[in-house]
Amino acid sequence: MTPVLECQHIDKHFTKPVDFHVLKDVNFKIAQNEFVSIMGKSGSGKSTLLYILSTMDTDYTGSLYLQGELLTGKPSNLLALARSQHIGFVFQFHYLLSDFSVLDNIMLPARKLGKKSLEEIRDNAHEKLKLLNIGHLANKRASRISGGEKQRVAIARALINDPAILMGDEPTGNLDSYNSENVFQIFRQLGEEKGISLLVVTHDEDFANRTDRILEMEDGRIIRGH
Amino acid sequence: MTRWRLILDISKTHLITKMKSTVTASLGVTFGIGAYITLVSFMTGLNEMLDGLILNQTPHIHLYNEIKPSASQPVERFSLFSDALKPIHSVRPKQEQLKIHNALPILQNLRKDTRVLGAAPQLSAQIFYLSGSQDLGGVLVGVDILEEDRLSSIGDYILEGNPKSLHQSDNGIILGIGIAKTLSLKVGDRIQVGTTVGGIFPLKIVGLYQSGIADVDNVRSFAKLQTVQRILGQPQNYITDINIKLHDINQAVPMATELQSQLGIRARDIIEANAQFETGTSIRNLITYAVSITLLIVAGFGIYNILNMLIYEKMNDIAILKATGFTGTDVSYIFMSQAMIIGLAGGGLGLLIGFLLSRLIDSLPFETEALPTITTFPVNHNPSYYIIGITFALISTFIAGYLPSAKARKIDPVDIIRGN
Repeated sequence: MTPVLECQHIDKHFTKPVDFHVLKDVNFKIAQNEFVSIMGKSGSGKSTLLYILSTMDTDYTGSLYLQGELLTGKPSNLLALARSQHIGFVFQFHYLLSDFSVLDNIMLPARKLGKKSLEEIRDNAHEKLKLLNIGHLANKRASRISGGEKQRVAIARALINDPAILMGDEPTGNLDSYNSENVFQIFRQLGEEKGISLLVVTHDEDFANRTDRILEMEDGRIIRGH
Repeated sequence: MTRWRLILDISKTHLITKMKSTVTASLGVTFGIGAYITLVSFMTGLNEMLDGLILNQTPHIHLYNEIKPSASQPVERFSLFSDALKPIHSVRPKQEQLKIHNALPILQNLRKDTRVLGAAPQLSAQIFYLSGSQDLGGVLVGVDILEEDRLSSIGDYILEGNPKSLHQSDNGIILGIGIAKTLSLKVGDRIQVGTTVGGIFPLKIVGLYQSGIADVDNVRSFAKLQTVQRILGQPQNYITDINIKLHDINQAVPMATELQSQLGIRARDIIEANAQFETGTSIRNLITYAVSITLLIVAGFGIYNILNMLIYEKMNDIAILKATGFTGTDVSYIFMSQAMIIGLAGGGLGLLIGFLLSRLIDSLPFETEALPTITTFPVNHNPSYYIIGITFALISTFIAGYLPSAKARKIDPVDIIRGN
């Protein structure tokens, strides 16, 4: 079976302020329905790796496959399309559009993809909100809800296009233990119920220990787990 | 289609949540366009009036017989003295008829010419206005009054009465206002005129003429061409001047040269007659446009600043939009559309304000001796200024929005997300 995400020989240099070899020959695969966490010290290159995997960063060498399709070297508009279709992304800081309502925030990626009618997208968004137990927030402005709620809204938004893989850059890094647990449970549930693969960068050891596999990074290499 | 709806939805939300900046930016455009419309309508209105002052009263080409000495004196033709020194004293102008030879066929030919809007015959006669024991010198101009009104709007300078009343009366006169004042005459009164060859004719005053130039108003009066011919005892073909109006004033110089060599009489064009006139007009237009463009550029900088600020504020939004599948082009369209909405709304409001202001100016009282029929400030409500205004608003907002939007397109979401 083709892995959902595969990367081969990923190398990346930062050239500013001095040349720094941040990723060194990174290789791994993520299977469907797998819940993988990436751990490592600050500066070990885990976030950098995640941005390459999310297709937002294209300045690297090596090859990146999403569901068997080579993404490396594709033009940015095709990458944007692939991103909106197959990848959901949750950041450490919630990153909602604060001027828009919760519902609008969730609907935006689907409206951009334009595969469904506005009504379908709205129904879908309500459904995702219910799934995450925040149905009552739909019409509030994104700037008027609590941090834990924001992170759940961000997850709902990441799910709106039914992605194959959900990526998180320390999605619980900014949350208290209650909300962290909540987010973990949601991720677990998504993997089991929807068959979504998960790839989460985290500092939280408890969180990582409960995932299917831990990729441990040090100095730009994966030293364990691949 | 759905893509544009989405983009417009996003820019609408941005504009509404940043209402203050939106309004400020739009007002910048509104002010620029409003001032442009007001200024250009008013200035061109004034320009047209001033041009009219000269253009209406001056024919594009004036045909007449010039009195001048002969170019070669008889003694010079005598071959015996060909290499002698020939001092001639007291050279006099040649005795010549003032009338234009073959005036009626010339008129007919001119009227057939496609370049010519119209040609009006005139006959000016030296006369005296008689009042008791006083004789006032003056000029009586015989005109085809209806043709004159069509070509030089003489009606605008007739205070009481109108061109028609002169046309209908065989012994009517439109009297210069200065003469009327000196002689205490009014419309309906009779006046006697004497000619240089003797003979006194009573004429009925059917109107008063005011050109705004006192020297003219103290001397000149108008009557029908036939009336003046009768006073002078001359036949129907006795015409001293032909005034020609052209469709295109730029044809005046070449055509004058052509007529002069063709007819052998003097043809003076308007440029020669009023050399300073064109310079004044073009400089006034230049000033109008310089001021208007400055205003619009200032408004454009306002939009540029506000959009630039907006983009810095929305850095996170841009990153997140890109992370969730929006392309750089989508993002730049979002900001471009905001600029264009500001331009369209501000520009539209500017047109309205410009229109209302120029209406207001149009209704303000303005009285001048020079143009007796004008009572309010002259304003030119030319629709093309409104088209230029809105076009300029859109172009300047497009340029002002383009640079910030291009910046937004290039923003790397990873930089923003990592930086936080």
